[in-house]
Amino acid sequence: MQLINTILGGLSLGMVYAAFALALVLIWQSTRIVNFAQAPMAMVTTFIALTLIESGMNYWVAFVAALVAGFVLGALVERLIIRYVDHDNHINPVILTLGLFIVLHAVAAVIFGSNFQSFPAPFGLTGFSVGDTTFNLTPTSVFTILIVIAVMALLRLLFLKTDLGLTMRAAAFNQEVARILGVRVNRTLTLGWALASVVGSLSGLLIAAGGLVHPSYMDGVVVYGFVAAVLGGLDSPAGAVVGGLLMGVTLSLVSGYLGSGLVPLAALIVLVVVLLVRPGGLFSTSTERTV
Amino acid sequence: MLELDGVTSRYGPVTALQDVDLVAEAGRITAVLGANGAGKTTLLRTISGLHRADAGTIRFDGRDITRLSTDQMTRAGMAHVPEGRGVITELTVKENLRLGALGRSTHRDAVSIDDVVDLFPILGDRSNALAHTLSGGERQMLVIGRALLATPKMLLLDEPSLGLAPRIVSQIFGVIRQLVHEQGLTVLLVEQNARSALSIADVGVVLGLGKVVAQDDAAILAADENLRHAYLGY
Ligand SMILES: Nc1ncnc2c1ncn2[C@@H]1O[C@H](COP(=O)(O)OP(=O)(O)OP(=O)(O)O)[C@@H](O)[C@H]1O
Ligand SMILES: [Mg+2]
Repeated sequence: MQLINTILGGLSLGMVYAAFALALVLIWQSTRIVNFAQAPMAMVTTFIALTLIESGMNYWVAFVAALVAGFVLGALVERLIIRYVDHDNHINPVILTLGLFIVLHAVAAVIFGSNFQSFPAPFGLTGFSVGDTTFNLTPTSVFTILIVIAVMALLRLLFLKTDLGLTMRAAAFNQEVARILGVRVNRTLTLGWALASVVGSLSGLLIAAGGLVHPSYMDGVVVYGFVAAVLGGLDSPAGAVVGGLLMGVTLSLVSGYLGSGLVPLAALIVLVVVLLVRPGGLFSTSTERTV
Repeated sequence: MLELDGVTSRYGPVTALQDVDLVAEAGRITAVLGANGAGKTTLLRTISGLHRADAGTIRFDGRDITRLSTDQMTRAGMAHVPEGRGVITELTVKENLRLGALGRSTHRDAVSIDDVVDLFPILGDRSNALAHTLSGGERQMLVIGRALLATPKMLLLDEPSLGLAPRIVSQIFGVIRQLVHEQGLTVLLVEQNARSALSIADVGVVLGLGKVVAQDDAAILAADENLRHAYLGY
């Protein structure tokens, strides 16, 4: 029974990591940048939702407004900052997104305050029960799982079935050829950052639901989401999802059976083991492309 | 159709094109010839906006396009078939072709993917395969077919015969000739093999170390022994 509950808990947590990892992968694929600022970007949009809810706005309207804010923020970051980085020097974008991480933290602390505030949950937080047994599966975690699946399905549809998605993939794989084929590469890059930021914001809202928010409440997710993305090969959206679920369930098992203090160590061990066995990640499909 | 006036292109300290004047007339095939490193690829990249000219002007269809971006050039009706790796290897054959059609400029009757598959049946057989599984020759067919799908006014071809069997080369040249004669397509053709290029071209331009050293009717260039020995290597 404890095993089932631990896994159930890990599943909804894993979905959140998966969403966060997916956002990292979307940006990595298109711009070869690991966006360290993704967590604080999501934190800012979650605070926007919280502010709107506290001012009396309907929960779902605020939820959608936060996702829209995520879209705008992602587009702005690409358009105003990332576009001007020298991509040939691999360390520059890293330093830049780390800098953005710090700036967003500071700005959020000034605007929203740096004390813990509780964020309401969309649905109930008590587990479903059958007879005497209560499962560690709440209406909110069901919502978490379903909405992440829905968003992933939509993204998959966009990338695989639409012309816009095809141009976005073309620009991510080969900018020069995409330009030759008439793709407005700058626009697809902006759109890619905007969409990634929406997915990142979603993970922020889902983590916050029923818990406490604070300018650094997302920082743990960065580590686990990043490990999940690397597990999946960093280049594979499907890999990010599987990596996220794997992280969620593994960490939940470690925390349930060995103690929560060991969770960060466990994440590191999983990462090292996977990279030793499959250096390209679990889902590496890269061909002759050099990074 | 295409007119270059005093175009100079540099890579840092290296001057790859110097003061190039060149005209490619509408409905004709203009061959650009020259030894390795003469600046042929740079010429095409400068025209299509992948490389910025450092001086000079480029006019296409009566319009100054010197500062247009590559995607704008494509939508204005210029299709650049780059040297070597022009396929997007991570996408399928079909997706590469679809992308070609998306950049379509509406200047001529639309070419459909089926038309391209009729020309190169292998592309139909391998439609759902990832492009990185194609052979070099198959990739070349894919990039040329993809360029035709954009129904361009002008085609920039960088060594289309590279790595292809002679039979396929004559098939591709045959298709190009047909488009030129029936639909008035304009072609700027870069070729290593001067003899075969001059045989299909109307006009030839010879580049030597980034400068135009000769520009004349293809037949006249082909008959000029000194030129052949000095720059064309046959
Ligand atoms: N990216 C680059 N950076 C520096 N120099 C370059 C670059 N590309 C080309 N060059 C130089 O510019 C000159 C012209 O090169 P280009 O590629 O245009 O020649 P080409 O005529 O196409 O040769 P080939 O027949 O071998 O394809 C050469 O001297 C080359 O070394
Ligand atoms: Mg060349």
